[in-house]
Amino acid sequence: MTGLLGGNGAGKTTTISMLLGLLLPTAGRIEVLGVDMVRHRHAVLPRMNFSSPYVELPHRLTVRENLTVYGHLYGLSGVKRRVEELAEHLDLTRFLERPSGGLSAGQKTRVALAKALLNRPEVLLLDEPTASLDPDTADWIRTYLERYRQETGATVLLASHNMLEVDRLCDEVLMMRQGRIVDRGTPAALLARYGRGSLEEVFLDIARARTAGEATDREPADAAE
Amino acid sequence: MTSTALHPNPTFSPRRVGAMVLRYWYLLRGSWPRFLELAYWPTMQMILWGFINQFMASSSNWVANGAGVLVSAVLLWDVLFRGQLGVSVSFLEEMWSRNLGHLFVSPLRPGEWVVSLFTMSLIRTIIGVVPAALLAIPFFGYSVFSLGLPLAAFFVNLILLGWSLGLLIVAMILRYGMGAEGLAWIVVFMLAPISAVYYPVSVLPEWLQWVALSLPSSHVFEGMRAVLFGGAMRWDHLAWAVGLNAVYMALCTWVFLYSFKQARVRGALLQTGE
Repeated sequence: MTGLLGGNGAGKTTTISMLLGLLLPTAGRIEVLGVDMVRHRHAVLPRMNFSSPYVELPHRLTVRENLTVYGHLYGLSGVKRRVEELAEHLDLTRFLERPSGGLSAGQKTRVALAKALLNRPEVLLLDEPTASLDPDTADWIRTYLERYRQETGATVLLASHNMLEVDRLCDEVLMMRQGRIVDRGTPAALLARYGRGSLEEVFLDIARARTAGEATDREPADAAE
Repeated sequence: MTSTALHPNPTFSPRRVGAMVLRYWYLLRGSWPRFLELAYWPTMQMILWGFINQFMASSSNWVANGAGVLVSAVLLWDVLFRGQLGVSVSFLEEMWSRNLGHLFVSPLRPGEWVVSLFTMSLIRTIIGVVPAALLAIPFFGYSVFSLGLPLAAFFVNLILLGWSLGLLIVAMILRYGMGAEGLAWIVVFMLAPISAVYYPVSVLPEWLQWVALSLPSSHVFEGMRAVLFGGAMRWDHLAWAVGLNAVYMALCTWVFLYSFKQARVRGALLQTGE
């Protein structure tokens, strides 16, 4: 699982949009699972999926209807069975006949995750999957994602502002600023390189354009401003 | 990690078209006011023009000689209007629910989506216009179905023009955002005065007649009157309607695909909505 970190406007959502083929890059190439996403994205889209609290599912359709429609779009066999299986895994069974728009933020996040897992994606892109969730629900989601990753071996790209989440879930972190990857490494390697005790301090160093060398000369990060 | 539950990803998948039709059907069946709205205006229009037809028949030989000419005209006009609206409104449902982002990261292709919009337009038009056409029989003793086989040709040509207009409106909304939403309800009425719906093309000033004859709808309504007044099918009008429809459909499809690609360039598919 790879974390995508950066301040507001750093380019995380833009990166995810380009990886999904929703946004055409102005330069360069994008390959997912060895496929050129600009020219042949339809060859790989059935093997990918995406979830974001900022792109909701149609409110007036029930949870079951939404998941059924997407199950057919992804060409699943046994759509009804898969929907019920995911509803059970994500504790959504009692909400299946409820309109998606009437659910709480935590329930909507679980429905969005169910939609994102319908096709058992090999590449899963998550844009702030626990934004605006209470700590208990957020922890539940993180645990589920950890289990999914372990069971399937899927590649997960996680854009998040939650450093604890990234520290817990991610094997590698990409740090972004102004549309560029300015640093990368395991959470432990980044902490060591910047001489910090938490990813949040590393994030502040990078957001404030301090290099690893400069950061190790200052302590603590916020006191230096 | 395997994806054995997945089928191959064909260039065109009827199943994905069906999934989108299902999505719009779920929306429609979940709301009886939407059903009512579909049939309400065509029925009201038919009743209004039915009474006008009855009144005019008593004072005008032209109307008297063409039984139900105004009722037929209003019902066929509604085919064009509902056909266009069926495409535009189904598209707007995606904009209102901010669902385009999810749809276009799924394997759904633009062409499949367009076919599903056309299918829903056909369903919505039938739900809207057929009850009005059936009610005209007991209300005014006139059946539009008495037009016979030509009715099918008129219907097909008008709904095709409605789809072309619908695609054009979708393209405009993709380009200019929800600020262009109002176009869905007004664009078709720009065609009404020059489509010769209730009067012949010859009524128009000469320069405007050329504009009118560049529309498939004018040829359909001229053809309808030829059947009602003389009983003869005007094949020349039908040929013009088919040819013009082919041109407009090709043009509007190109404009739609161009706008869709531009929306990807701007990243608008993820951000469009209210």
